[in-house]
This record gives sequence, structure tokens and C-alpha cells, in this order.
Amino acid sequence: MKVAKDLVAASATPMVLGILAEGESYGYAILRRINELSDGELDWTEGLLYPLLHRLERLGYVESSWHSVTGERRRKYYHITDKGLAELAEQRRQWDTVVHTLKEIWLGPGNFRLLTAIPLEGKA
Amino acid sequence: MTALDDQEDLEEQFAQWRHYVQRRRELHQSDADELEDHLRGCVDELVAAGLRADEAFLVAVKRMGRLDDLSREFAREHSERLWKQLVLTGGTDSLEAETRSRRDLIAMLICAAGAAASVKAPELFGMRLAQDISFYGPNASLFALPWLAAYLAWRRQARRPLIGTLVALFALGAVAANAYPLANTSQSVVITSIHLPIALWLVVGLAYVTDDWRSSRRRMDFIRFTGEWFVYFVLIALGGGVLTAFTVGTFQAIGIDPEKFITQWLLPCGAAGATLVAAWLVEAKQSVVENIAPVLTRLFTPLFTVALLAFLVAIGWTTAGINVEREALILFDLLLVVVLGLLLYSISARDPLASPGPFDKLQLPLVLSALAIDVLVLLEITGRITEYGTTPNKAAALGENVILLANLAWSAWLLLRFVRRYTPFAALERWQTGYLPVYAAWAWIVVLAFPPLFSYV
Repeated sequence: MKVAKDLVAASATPMVLGILAEGESYGYAILRRINELSDGELDWTEGLLYPLLHRLERLGYVESSWHSVTGERRRKYYHITDKGLAELAEQRRQWDTVVHTLKEIWLGPGNFRLLTAIPLEGKA
Repeated sequence: MTALDDQEDLEEQFAQWRHYVQRRRELHQSDADELEDHLRGCVDELVAAGLRADEAFLVAVKRMGRLDDLSREFAREHSERLWKQLVLTGGTDSLEAETRSRRDLIAMLICAAGAAASVKAPELFGMRLAQDISFYGPNASLFALPWLAAYLAWRRQARRPLIGTLVALFALGAVAANAYPLANTSQSVVITSIHLPIALWLVVGLAYVTDDWRSSRRRMDFIRFTGEWFVYFVLIALGGGVLTAFTVGTFQAIGIDPEKFITQWLLPCGAAGATLVAAWLVEAKQSVVENIAPVLTRLFTPLFTVALLAFLVAIGWTTAGINVEREALILFDLLLVVVLGLLLYSISARDPLASPGPFDKLQLPLVLSALAIDVLVLLEITGRITEYGTTPNKAAALGENVILLANLAWSAWLLLRFVRRYTPFAALERWQTGYLPVYAAWAWIVVLAFPPLFSYV
């Protein structure tokens, strides 16, 4: 299964903000975490992640700082700001609405036939 | 292969990868650092999973995807990076480059301030800009150009013999401007005022090319520098015009007339300072912004060709002779200068090794029609001179005409041979750069020899 590009793009911001809300992190770790949480279904590219991080930084949702790790290697860490937390709360409210509505449609009373029909068609 | 070799190999591959990334304008140094850290994280993980270092590198790079796609995504977020920005100070990645550009800026500001002060210095000795035209006219170029030469010589760390030559030539210029007893109204004042800047500009050229003054390439660089300097100077002048207009308007609104300040301070000092600022901009932006003079050349070469051909057709149609007044002679001199400029700046931007293209063929009718027009003018004017005798104005204009005619005639010949693939393009380039001393020699003759020759008329 491949998640549609538009959906990936739309959900990327709350996901990144959500991960950063857990604590500061860096690009590669964020990518690994997304991969892990989605069981490898969400395959983000670097071309998606880094420009997104830079955009969030420009908007003031995250801040970045360079720390040195082993030897001369430097790593850019991002951490979420108060403004970013507020944005995350707002995005979460919106996504809750979307998810709730979808659940109502797909799992709500009287619609169980539609739900069972999907996997059946898939197998046929 | 040992693990150490493996590691060295890997570092080399990273270095190569960095090199590719750094060539992308969309990706800055910090992005390269960030992406490299990402790549290293990926490699480390793959190595931990049992891959060999070089295999891990290949897989990691492959996962990152094509650099084209990556930079496109970056460009969407950082679209300003697609516009080459001229960063005046700061913003460069290396510390050394930054201190260098800062020192450059300071040296330029000192020289610009010196040039501006030089303009006002004669007032200490009782000179007045509004009245002493016979002093300020010929000396105008002596206020700013020595400072410009000093700035360039400083930047290139010119050696003592060259500095001595520069000082001597500027001193000679000062002698030419001031030693002769010329009245405010004499023709020679105007002639010297026009020719001394040309002579001294080529002295600036000496400071620009420093030790390699024989090298054709360096001389061509100076021609490029001149074109860009001119474009920048005009742009600064336009900005200065806007500044002046607002200053006058706003101060007049509160009942103060700033005219004296504008004409006595802002314009003369601003022009002298702008000479330095324009030169500094050209030096600073050399590799940042595309040269604009060759672009203008490309735009106007076809248009000028059409205009000149139309003029020739009109002469042939009406069979009217050219009415050669003094102004007309100067006009046709300027026309030759423009045609020469079009030729010169298309040469300056051309790849010397490329084979002749349509644009080279287009230049041939331009040069030929300019030559044809000029021959007509020249015939007319020599008739006049033999009839009425000569004046410094006519002699100078005629001399210039002959010099430009000789240059363009031989250029046309070389251009023709180049288009027909008999001679390489370099011959044309060498001819133009080799001709620079001729302009210098003529300008010096005019400023030094003309006043006594024409008994200070």
C-alpha cells in the first residue's frame, strides 16, 4: 500500500510537531521514528522532511541548534517552541475532527456492510 | 581490505558527495552538513546491519534519492536561493573570505571618502566649483581616479615599480591639467576635460592588470571591468537622482532651499564616491552576478545594425550629402564608439573556442555599415578642414575618427576571416586588446601636445 502524496504532505506537519513535542530530535531520527510508527508504510523522503523542518523553523514553530557528536561531526537538533505547541494543539483538533468523522462514516451503525465489503472485494 | 582502508574509502566518497552537494545553489553549507549527518546516520545503521562500508554508502545515497529532486524540494522552501544574491558582507561560509571582504569594504570606504574629500579640497585654496571651470573641468578625473587606482593596486598588492609608474602618470596628468595657461572659454579646456579622463582611465587599467599588463586576457578583463563599472555607475547615478529629487522636494516643503548643498556637496562628492563604489561592486560581484554589458550588447546589436543600414539606404535614396557641422562630427565619433563598444562587449562575453555563429555574422553588417557611414563623414570633414583651416576641436575629433576607423576596418577584416573560418577568434580579441595603448597614446598627445600646438586657443 502506498499512502497518497497529498495525504502524506498534509499529515507531515502534525507528525513532525508531535514527535518534537516528545523531546528534541534530529532529521534522521525523526525519519526513523515515522518509519517505525507506521510499520514502514509511510516512506518519507529527505526532500520532504528537511524543507519541512526549515519551513517550520521559518514559521517559528521549531528552533534549531547545532551540537557536535562523535569527532568533527555536527548534528542539527530541532526542538519545539511554545508557538509550535499551540500549532500542534490546533492541528490535533482539526485531525481529531477528520478522523472522528471518517470513523463515524465507516464504523457507524448501519454501515457495517460497507465495512465488510471492502476486504472481500480486495480478496476477489 | 582492512577496516581502516574501508574508513578512508568512505571518507573519500563522502568528500565527493559533499562536492556535488555544494555545487547546488539551492543547498547551503548548513544544509550540506545536515544532509551529510543524515547520510552518515543511514550508513552507520546499514553497517551495523552487516553491510560493508562502501555498500552501505551506495544504499544510503540511493535512498536519499536523486540530488535533482532533493534540491527541487529545497528550492520550493528556499526560493530566494535561486536568485543569486550579492552578499556585501557577512553571510559567507568561511571566516577567511568574510574578513577579506570586510577589509575590502573598509579600504573602499576610505578611498571613496578620500575621493569625495579631494573634490572639496581645492576650496581651501579659494577655488569655487561654480566659477573656476578652467580648473575643475580638466581636474575632474584627478579627484577620483587616483583613489580608484590606489584601491585596485592595494587589492592586487602591486609592487613598487608599478606604484611608482602610477604615481608618475597621475602627476603627469596633473601637469597636463594645470601647467598650461588656458582661459575659461578656450577650446583646449574642453578638449583636456574630455581626454584626460580617458588617459587616466587607462592608467587605472594599469593598476587593474598590475604585473600582467602585456597579457591579452588581463586586458580583456579590464575591458569587462570597464563595461560593468559603467553600468553600475549609471545605476548608482539613477539612484542618486531619486535621492536628490526627494531631498529637494522635502526640504522645499518646509521652506529650506537645499540647492546649494546639492550642487556643491551632494553631486560632486557623490559622483567621486560612486566611482569607487561602482568599482568595488564589480570586484565583489565578479563571480556572483552575470555580466550585464554583454546582455545589453546582444539586445542592441541587431537594433543598431538596422538603424545604420536604414540610414545608409536613406542617404542613397535621397542622394543628400551629410551636413557636417562640428556637432555632427562629434556625433559620428560617438556612433563609432558605440559600434566599437557593441563589438568589444560581445567579444568579451564570447567563448574564444566556439565556432562562428549567427551573431558573429550579424556583427559584420553592423561594422561595415558604420565604416561606410564614417568614410562619407570623413570625406566631408577633410574637405572642410582644407577649406577653413583647423581648430583643436576639429583636429581632436578627426584624430579620434581615424583611430576608430582603423580599428573597425581591421576588425571587420578579422571578423570576415573568422566567419569564413580562416583565422581563430583569438586574433580579433588580440587585436582589440593590443589596440588599447593606441587610445592611451592619443589621449596623452591631445592633453599634452594640443594646447601648445594650437597656441592655447
